[in-house]
Amino acid sequence: MRKYIILGLLLGILLGLTIWMTSLGSVGIFKMAPPMKVLSATVRHLQIVEAAELLAITIGIPIGFLSTRRACRFISPVLIGTANVGQTVPTLAFIGIAGAVLGMGYKAAVIALLVYAMLPIIRNTYAGIRSVDPALKAAVKEAARGMGMSMLQVTAKVEMRLAMPIILAGIRTSMVVNVGTAAIAGMIGSGGLGELIVTGIAVRVTQLILQGAAPTAALAIILDALIGGVETWVTPRGLKALKSAQWQQ
Amino acid sequence: MIKLKYVIKIYPDGTEAVKDFSLEIKKGELCIFLGPSGCGKTTSMKMINRLIPMTSGKIYIDGVDVMKLNPNELRRGIGYAIQNIGLFPHLTVEENITTVPMLKKWPKTRQRARAEELLKLVGMDPQTFLERYPSELSGGQQQRVGVARCLGADPPILLMDEPFGAIDPITRGKLQDEFLKIQSKIKKTIAFVTHDINEAIKMGDKIALMQEGKLVQFNDPATLLNSPKNEFVRNFVGADRVLKGLRLYRARDIMQEPPLKVKVGDNPVKVRDRMKRDMLKWSMLVDGQNHFLGWITYADLEKAKSLREIMVPPAVTTAPETLLNEAMSMMFNSAIGNLAVIDDQEHLLGVLTFDIIRNILGKENSGNQKRFGGSKQ
Ligand SMILES: Nc1ncnc2c1ncn2[C@@H]1O[C@H](COP(=O)(O)OP(=O)(O)OP(=O)(O)O)[C@@H](O)[C@H]1O
Ligand SMILES: [Mg+2]
Repeated sequence: MRKYIILGLLLGILLGLTIWMTSLGSVGIFKMAPPMKVLSATVRHLQIVEAAELLAITIGIPIGFLSTRRACRFISPVLIGTANVGQTVPTLAFIGIAGAVLGMGYKAAVIALLVYAMLPIIRNTYAGIRSVDPALKAAVKEAARGMGMSMLQVTAKVEMRLAMPIILAGIRTSMVVNVGTAAIAGMIGSGGLGELIVTGIAVRVTQLILQGAAPTAALAIILDALIGGVETWVTPRGLKALKSAQWQQ
Repeated sequence: MIKLKYVIKIYPDGTEAVKDFSLEIKKGELCIFLGPSGCGKTTSMKMINRLIPMTSGKIYIDGVDVMKLNPNELRRGIGYAIQNIGLFPHLTVEENITTVPMLKKWPKTRQRARAEELLKLVGMDPQTFLERYPSELSGGQQQRVGVARCLGADPPILLMDEPFGAIDPITRGKLQDEFLKIQSKIKKTIAFVTHDINEAIKMGDKIALMQEGKLVQFNDPATLLNSPKNEFVRNFVGADRVLKGLRLYRARDIMQEPPLKVKVGDNPVKVRDRMKRDMLKWSMLVDGQNHFLGWITYADLEKAKSLREIMVPPAVTTAPETLLNEAMSMMFNSAIGNLAVIDDQEHLLGVLTFDIIRNILGKENSGNQKRFGGSKQ
């Protein structure tokens, strides 16, 4: 409960700040972005994040899954290693490289974000599948096969479902990181809230920076809470108990 | 009907797990695969539903070669329960039980009805348990759900690998009793793996005793106990095989009419005369509705004014379903050395004495097999 109050408060402050900055109209000779511009920048921001995230999920989960297969045991350390190391590369460097290699604009931003967002998803899918207690997994898979599930059904209905909470946690992380990275992508001309921030930095006007930064932070908080909600909603009680039992060990 | 013919399994690493294994399980029969750890019981069983591919040989189910069937279709037609239960932790009890009906795309309402029916069958209340998750069940309840799940789509054949394995002996005994009761109703053809000789004797219609991948002896439990084929069987069955034979019977199979049943109001003098005439040391006292009250001994009758005052109340009594080995240990606790068999309303059904048991054991020992194989439940 306290968590929600604090979150709500923080959100209120951030949104209040945004409205306040926008209502300033202008600071010195610099014009603040009009309300419609802030709104369209937010929508653009969401578009970038969403496109990158959806692609990251559709590519990341299969890669993470495949790296757990025995057939891939030779390349999976490389894959997972890359995913881990990749995350330590600063986002700024990442965007910079993407801009340099792929040119400026929306597409380059989405691709940079997609690669970056994929990393926690790959890592968590791999970890999620590997983290299921091997004895439990062997028993459950044998039962599933023995009752006549096809390989595909065993994967979809059993293995992936058991790993689901951890995979979702990966998606949640990547989403939040994505919102922040998308702001930095403003540097390479992707549009979105990053554009406001970059402009603000260029002209050294704090109010302008805040006008972009505050809604970015608010977005991150909202999306995080949203996926958190989805997480609790789709995780069956039986798995929660299992997870807490594992924690206690 | 399940038929294995000259089945051989050699694992890729060269382990010869099953060697030239042939056996036939008749329709409605519960066949035990018994043997020490590593003798190939699980391997033999899993070749029936093709979870393990056989190296050579043939397996037929109702005359159909299993290799000619689609493996997933084959498995959906065979109930399967494993030692570690393997309930799906992310699914409710209902969803677990209806796994195969779901794969077979039964309508939702029929699945629900089936889950309720099966839970009732294994002695669990559907209201309470349908929506629970496996982690919210006790070990015994999980095993029950495991049994219910393997009956999901009402398959004619069940494969069960130590289905009551991971459980305390008391619950285990109870589950065995319940399962036998269920089996007497549903009459499935069952391959049942265990390494516990006592479980085998209690549950099996037939026992296939294996050693290092070979079938050593395939008989009904009584024959296995009485005529072990060789040294290995004799050792595996144990030196106490005669006593083990007690598990083949339940109290009701061998109990006898009381030699003399007297009523509360009877005249002690007349009872004494009667007992003297028939040379009885004891008789059994009941009330007007045949409820068992206690024992009357001849010695006490001499100075008795009423039967009730000299009656020895029973320290223990037993139900007709009790296995004979348990009944016998109870008899050691009984003052008279005899055991009254009563139903759940305490009506007197019969009596067990050491003489009766000695007779049974004597007959087993002399190899008279006609009296064997008391009903399984
Ligand atoms: N996948 C495998 N690869 C190689 N050898 C195996 C494999 N599975 C089982 N075995 C070997 O085959 C033999 C029979 O194994 P199986 O599992 O059938 O024994 P079991 O009779 O069921 O024993 P238990 O009572 O311990 O379960 C054993 O020697 C075992 O080591
Ligand atoms: Mg085994």
